Amino acid sequence: MTLQEKNNEEDSPRFRPGDLVTVRVDNPGGHFRTPTYIQGQSGRIEKLCGIFPNPESLAYGGTGLPAQPLYRVEFPQSQVWSDYGGPAKDKIYVDVYQHWLEPLST
Amino acid sequence: MTSNIGNGNDPSQAGHSGHDHAEHPGMAHDEEAGYYAVRARAMESLLVEKGICSPNEIQTMVDRIEARSPADGAKVVARAWSDPAYKSRLLNDPDGALADLGYRMPENSPKLDVVENTESIHYLVVCTLCSCYPRNLLGRPPDWYKSLAYRSRAVVDPRGVMREFGFQVPDSTEVRVLDSTADLRYLVLPRRPDGTEGMSEEQLAELITRDSMIGVSEARSPQTATAS
Repeated sequence: MTLQEKNNEEDSPRFRPGDLVTVRVDNPGGHFRTPTYIQGQSGRIEKLCGIFPNPESLAYGGTGLPAQPLYRVEFPQSQVWSDYGGPAKDKIYVDVYQHWLEPLST
Repeated sequence: MTSNIGNGNDPSQAGHSGHDHAEHPGMAHDEEAGYYAVRARAMESLLVEKGICSPNEIQTMVDRIEARSPADGAKVVARAWSDPAYKSRLLNDPDGALADLGYRMPENSPKLDVVENTESIHYLVVCTLCSCYPRNLLGRPPDWYKSLAYRSRAVVDPRGVMREFGFQVPDSTEVRVLDSTADLRYLVLPRRPDGTEGMSEEQLAELITRDSMIGVSEARSPQTATAS
């Protein structure tokens, strides 16, 4: 596969470690991998995990293309759960595909 | 999951208008099978009929997972505890480090990531959406890992869940829950217990439990291991 072909088959990473993002609220129907408890939450990009075919397409026999960058996103537990009982520094990390993420609007 | 499909390519069996089990080859003699076994076999039949995979491929994957157990993960962790260079490789290039010990991850297997528990940071792994687990190294996950109770409570109250596993995490330690919902699988590298200086890798491996590699508890102390 040439580099050009590769670029047509996957979306380029839009975010870098440290970027603040918001997870979109959506219900595309069928199979998706973004847990609802994290939708609408804002977090910080921890790292790019790789670029993977989109499972929402793969699940129904599709090609999964364009492949999506997958990020590990960090959220403070006390932000996600209003009644979280542990220390404020506790965190939760969720792997989220790029098409679910938007830059945090300030 | 067992593979007992029979001839899945018989065109006369390919109708999908109804769901009479006798339609699916290999299932007619299975009156004792439970709901999930029947469902798994129906899915296998469909995958084979549609040419997505062969019975051999399914059986090969089942055999590969059945051949692995937490003892395999324990060997890897014991090596990492004993050899700082290996530990560094395991954290930075998990597939390469596993291959060093003879564990070659099959093609198309989900990417493995290894996280290290320390005095200041404690990782715990859950898959809230299903039961993602590093099966190619640790074998099948325990039933509780797949339970709705664990999957929902591990994210909301990880410290409470760990207490129920007999592990009290001090408030000075940051708890990090990893929800492996996508294409990565996580292996936790537990902390090496105190009082284990001079122990061989074989002795160390005895201290490394499945639960400590999921992160719901820590490795056993040598005292506990001797007592049990």
